[in-house]
Amino acid sequence: MANRILAALIGAAVVGISAQASAGTLEDVKAKGFLQCGVNANLSGFGSQDSSGNFAGLDVDLCKAVAAAVFGDATKVKFTPLSAKDRFPALQSGEIDMLARNTTWTASRDSQLGFDFRAINYYDGQGFMVRKELNVKSALELSGAAVCVQTGTTTELNLADYFKSHNLQYNPVVFEKQEEVDAAYNAGRCDVYTTDQSGLYSIRLSLSNPDDHVILPEIISKEPLGPAVRQGDSKWFDIVSFTHYAMVTAEEFGITQANVEEMKKSANPDIKRFLGEEEGSTIGQDFGLSKDWAVNIIKAVGNYGEAFERNVGQGSPLKIKRGLNALWNQGGLQYAPPIR
Amino acid sequence: MSDILSTTKGAHLGYVRQTFLDPQPAPKSSSTAVAWIRDNLFSSVSNSILSVLALAFILYYLPGVIDWLFVSAQWTGMDRTACATAVQGGVRPDGWSGACWAYVGDRFQQFMIGSYPRPEAWRPYLVAALFVVLLVPMLMPSVPRKGLNAILLLVVLPIVAYVLLLGGVFGLSHVETALWGGLMVTLIISFVGIAVSLPVGVLLALGRRSNMPIVKTFCILFIEFIRGVPLITVLFMASVLLPLFMEPGDTIDKFLRALVGVSIFASAYMAEVIRGGLQAIPKGQYEGADSLGLNYFHKMSFVILPQAIKLVIPGIVNTFIGMFKDTSLVSIISMFDLLGVVKNSFSDAAWLTPVTPMTGLIFAGFVFWIFCFGMSRYSSFIERRLDKGHKR
Repeated sequence: MANRILAALIGAAVVGISAQASAGTLEDVKAKGFLQCGVNANLSGFGSQDSSGNFAGLDVDLCKAVAAAVFGDATKVKFTPLSAKDRFPALQSGEIDMLARNTTWTASRDSQLGFDFRAINYYDGQGFMVRKELNVKSALELSGAAVCVQTGTTTELNLADYFKSHNLQYNPVVFEKQEEVDAAYNAGRCDVYTTDQSGLYSIRLSLSNPDDHVILPEIISKEPLGPAVRQGDSKWFDIVSFTHYAMVTAEEFGITQANVEEMKKSANPDIKRFLGEEEGSTIGQDFGLSKDWAVNIIKAVGNYGEAFERNVGQGSPLKIKRGLNALWNQGGLQYAPPIR
Repeated sequence: MSDILSTTKGAHLGYVRQTFLDPQPAPKSSSTAVAWIRDNLFSSVSNSILSVLALAFILYYLPGVIDWLFVSAQWTGMDRTACATAVQGGVRPDGWSGACWAYVGDRFQQFMIGSYPRPEAWRPYLVAALFVVLLVPMLMPSVPRKGLNAILLLVVLPIVAYVLLLGGVFGLSHVETALWGGLMVTLIISFVGIAVSLPVGVLLALGRRSNMPIVKTFCILFIEFIRGVPLITVLFMASVLLPLFMEPGDTIDKFLRALVGVSIFASAYMAEVIRGGLQAIPKGQYEGADSLGLNYFHKMSFVILPQAIKLVIPGIVNTFIGMFKDTSLVSIISMFDLLGVVKNSFSDAAWLTPVTPMTGLIFAGFVFWIFCFGMSRYSSFIERRLDKGHKR
């Protein structure tokens, strides 16, 4: 409740502030010469730092892609590591230009907080992890289980809703901190661990015996994670959204980081148009970007599939399957509007 | 009484010794190791029970701890496979558990300077070297030229450090504070906090005991307000709410906000510690100074404060140590001090194993301990040195 009041207060303050905002975000970003991007600093695969302090992850790649689209140079981005609490004020106050911090798109965040969401770079959902020895195949068999969960999160509420609506009994074992939940599950204080599925994969890696645990197929909540920008700047909003869509489109066309130069010579008019090779096409310029904006994105971070596999998929220790994040024509939900 | 004395004065009494005995070595029962053990560990039944329990506890756990920390530990490696067992996707045998020092080694640079650009890493290290070179003679009472040393340490060094670390002039590239991190941030915040809080704390303490109503009220309000709210709240307000009240684009550097927050906090606490010292000075000292015709400034600086501060050295150092550890609170405003950087590194998929978090926390704890223990030992050394007047 206190969070909501704070959010409302901040929202009210922002309405006052956004009235003073001068030029558009794109102009501001171009003027200062770099993109300021809010990211997570400690979520494996989405935003974390390597040993030399560089950020890496799926969300981080989206920031780099936007920088590549705007400047043609993916290094012109600065990252602001943000906690779950200060991510929204940081975006509202203009401290960052975009927020790519595994943020769930919800109605209240879109309306009350004054943000715009459109592109979704990861479809997540809350899942369950159990010990293999329990021989559980579905979440519906979890009646009477002790469930480890982090308190104060939507996870805890979703859990209650799910068990209530399926008439299942459970004993919640709640903790304040993520590490405490990990330790409790590892020590066998509960049978089930629940959090977002993407998180379950990285937690499984830190357990003493990963093969003894399975992640159940059920997803009990919708967590569409995507980049957020301030409301009321459609031009900038379009650029951020279509940067993601360009990555998805590139995967659809089979354009990769490696073959993007060859693909420019493709006979396919769709591909030529997408890569800015079609005579008279002004897609890039209409966004306020250069003609070869899509080429720059793909050169910097590759297509969506490549970014996915590198950060969270088979090319990473997390080994998350594409699932909902496969392309729409391969049974997933990643679907980009035509770029023409 | 006087009768007895008068009779014993005579040397004729046969039972009164005429000469002193030569000094004898201490009896075996109080000077050997056995005696020490008996006196210190087994002096009573309850002490004996406690000693045996403690010994059993140490013997039971210590070998395991040493084995985990050193013998079974993994010292070299490039990524998580070095510290993960076969079922976890690594090279160690199943059931293995030990500290993963390879991970600390790989992350060491980051634990020290955070994300500071690696080609520029010499700058924080140079500042650290200068700091040590200036601090060590400052701490040794026998080294002369304390005044010059203090000016170098407290005035010149901060300016040099500011220029070197932040850059942007003299051909040094600009390194924004968002890239700073690790032990470097912990030490900068603590040093600034310590250097600011002592003088400001003295002024606030004197102000609070002053007879001037405005000064007194201001000092009381400041101290009570700051002591009344938790540091975490102030940091959170400064990082979350402050930007909302300013023009977009005008941001005060986050690091600066943390520095100001920690400094005013430490000052308020310091003021109360020093006030405790002032109250312990007998009224006679004030009156004596007054009767010598000293003005307020001289009275305080020559008579009252030297005595008061000497009395509260343990309290002052206690505040310093507390503040040093409190610096890890800045991680809630996304500034990453040593502990924040260590915790951050847990999520790096390249080093995700069951033993890395434990190893990282042990390392961070050890570094904090070195600094806190050092401060504590130095303060007891200074106490002993200054405590001439009260020595028994």
